[in-house]
Amino acid sequence: MTTARDEVLARVRAALTSGSAGSTGMSSSAGPSDDGMAADVSREYRESGEHAVGSAAALELLVDRLEDYKAEVHRVSAAEVPTAVARLTAALPSGDDVPERAESAGSGPTPGPDAIAPAADTPRGRVVAPSGLEPEWVAAMSDGGVEVVVDTPEAPLTPSDLDRTAAVVTAARVAIAETGTIVLDAGPDQGRRAISLVPDVHICVVRADQVVQTVPEAVRLLAHHPDRPLTWISGPSATSDIELNRVEGVHGPRTLHVVLVDAASHRTLTWSG
Amino acid sequence: MTAEHTAGTSSTTTFLGMPQPADPLRWGSSFPEAARRELGNDQLRRNLGHATSTIRAKRAKVVGEVPDWEALRDAGSALKTQVMDNLPELLEELERNVTARGGVVHWARDAAEANRIVAGLVRAKGTDEVVKVKSMATQEIGLNEALEAEGIHATETDLAELIVQLADDMPSHILVPAIHRNRAEIREIFLDRMGDAPPDLTDVPRELAMAARAHLRRKFLSAKVAVSGANFGVAETGTLSVVESEGNGRMCLTLPETLITVMGIEKLIPRFTDLEVFLQLLPRSSTGERMNPYTSMWTGVTPGDGPSEFHLVLLDNGRTRVLADEVGRSALHCIRCSACLNVCPVYERVGGHAYGSVYPGPIGAILTPQLTGEPSDLPYASTLCGACYDVCPVKIDIPSILVDLRAREVESGSAGRGWGAAMKAASMVMSDGGRFRRAARLGRVGRVAGGRDGVIARLPGPGAAWTDSRDLPLPPKQTFRDWWAAHEREGADDERSGGDRPGSERPRTGRPGTDAPGTESR
Repeated sequence: MTTARDEVLARVRAALTSGSAGSTGMSSSAGPSDDGMAADVSREYRESGEHAVGSAAALELLVDRLEDYKAEVHRVSAAEVPTAVARLTAALPSGDDVPERAESAGSGPTPGPDAIAPAADTPRGRVVAPSGLEPEWVAAMSDGGVEVVVDTPEAPLTPSDLDRTAAVVTAARVAIAETGTIVLDAGPDQGRRAISLVPDVHICVVRADQVVQTVPEAVRLLAHHPDRPLTWISGPSATSDIELNRVEGVHGPRTLHVVLVDAASHRTLTWSG
Repeated sequence: MTAEHTAGTSSTTTFLGMPQPADPLRWGSSFPEAARRELGNDQLRRNLGHATSTIRAKRAKVVGEVPDWEALRDAGSALKTQVMDNLPELLEELERNVTARGGVVHWARDAAEANRIVAGLVRAKGTDEVVKVKSMATQEIGLNEALEAEGIHATETDLAELIVQLADDMPSHILVPAIHRNRAEIREIFLDRMGDAPPDLTDVPRELAMAARAHLRRKFLSAKVAVSGANFGVAETGTLSVVESEGNGRMCLTLPETLITVMGIEKLIPRFTDLEVFLQLLPRSSTGERMNPYTSMWTGVTPGDGPSEFHLVLLDNGRTRVLADEVGRSALHCIRCSACLNVCPVYERVGGHAYGSVYPGPIGAILTPQLTGEPSDLPYASTLCGACYDVCPVKIDIPSILVDLRAREVESGSAGRGWGAAMKAASMVMSDGGRFRRAARLGRVGRVAGGRDGVIARLPGPGAAWTDSRDLPLPPKQTFRDWWAAHEREGADDERSGGDRPGSERPRTGRPGTDAPGTESR
């Protein structure tokens, strides 16, 4: 008996044979080649940008793009990260009481309170952290009176546990300035995918030396470990399904804080949120 | 489907949807009939006009930002050509890599086989509920209805798909399936069908989105099995990718224990780094964003992170038929961005339902007939203006394929009823001057056939083949030949009386536009 696999593959082969049989032009230039398929494809597009990794210009571009998609950006020096993370988590609203935002093309009455009632047992400011998060940041949050729950491979939190946390703090793998994108690759300082998904607020710490300008630069970096689960994040969760108006905040975190660590110059804490 | 109805809602719903068809690729009446019906729906045209003009402007802005856009399109097109040329090897490579990473690969010859595989996998997990990420492949095979018949309920989690599902409707756009609905209609659907919508729900988009969030969250947290499609499958690594906005995709791909992904065999890309091309082309073409909010990539199973069981169903369902055609083959390059729908003057007016397929618009007009391999009037659902080709991120020459498909319909004699007879009649008339003159005069009789709006909606006899798919403007009162003959006489009169009118060397012959009755309808 022919299996579905054999039959589908046979159909594909037959389709390619019958298709190229009658013509001489197309198949010879783009026919199957056993090695070096890449040689056939012209790559005239930019493989990198004009801004160096982590340069001031790359950072400016990233900030512009992040803010355009309603992420809240906080630029700090390396020494200021623990304080920044502690202050952001200490200021967390309880449950789902997230500040309302004006929708892009909204007219009509001010939105009412969120349809979701905060879970009754959501402690104020409970934060989940991946097991490899910088201990100094965790200590600063705890010192600020925030309950930090560490998600470990040995004792992973359940989805319901995660639903009862107000926020998650993670690091990142790489950020793309031109598109305002942060990529997580589930490294120890970022944790498994669920922890940066279920909590309503995501606080993500990005180092300047992780900021590249273009998509190809990021993809080539990620290609070193393509089998890691990857999450590309560009702003908070959003939808454009209602009359194509963008509304930020649906199923994923409705608020995205990006703590951008400027390696070069010492900066004063600025609070845009 | 059975939906909980909130008490007190009126029995007359104004959001009547397109009922679920038996075949998601062939439903409803012919395109001309369906288009005529849809054109009568003013609300639909207003909704579509607003939505498509919004998205066109967004796309144009973000594409304009990219200095190497054309080079990216070239690379995208070349990569997809390479995929088709090497499809057997790449499919085997993908299978090998997914399997090596703990995934299970299944093959499906057609929709029924794919549905059987998915239903079997769900039943084996002992559950009768699945959460779903929006996916064209599962729409194409009618998975939800097939699962329902097996007693398994599939919940669509994309906001627009949820709207469509609750209204017992069909999608009308590849990217925004509920594009034919406005906020007031969506509010009504939620209040009537969601079961747990807040009674004081307004039609503010943010509130509607929050109602969907609350409705679905419990399902996400407790679901055992999720079903998704895939935007890209990387042969080199076995990596699958889903591109989305709301986070419902991440929920489905991450929280349930079992993930089943249904992917068309054409969704392959050769190498991981080829993602650098498509992840630039897709979001800007699709939603008009520099990057969509969330893109997930996973490779088989990762212990301790996400589903512990992963199944990939590779779907043919007519794709190899398309592949066998060297001209039409490039329809398989499509990355489902839907930019061609948003720029199409035909789609903008008739909407997605008129195409009678889950793949509407210009890409649907070439993909649907090739996937089904059956006679179709969809290749005529186009003005051949070429806007679709201009915006296509992988440079599919849709107009040329449309012309090719039309030629084949004509050759096979299956083109629209009476079309061949009409063309033969026209050829007979036009090949002889005398016959043409008489026929043109006869055309004036057609003024009687016209309505008060100055168009003829239906011609009798072989002429019906023309008016089946378009209205005909009323013929002018005077034919061009009659006008010319009369004009020549006038010119001759002018010349004869020329000596009495010095200075009038340029008689009216030089400005026919002002009084040429034969051109009044141009």
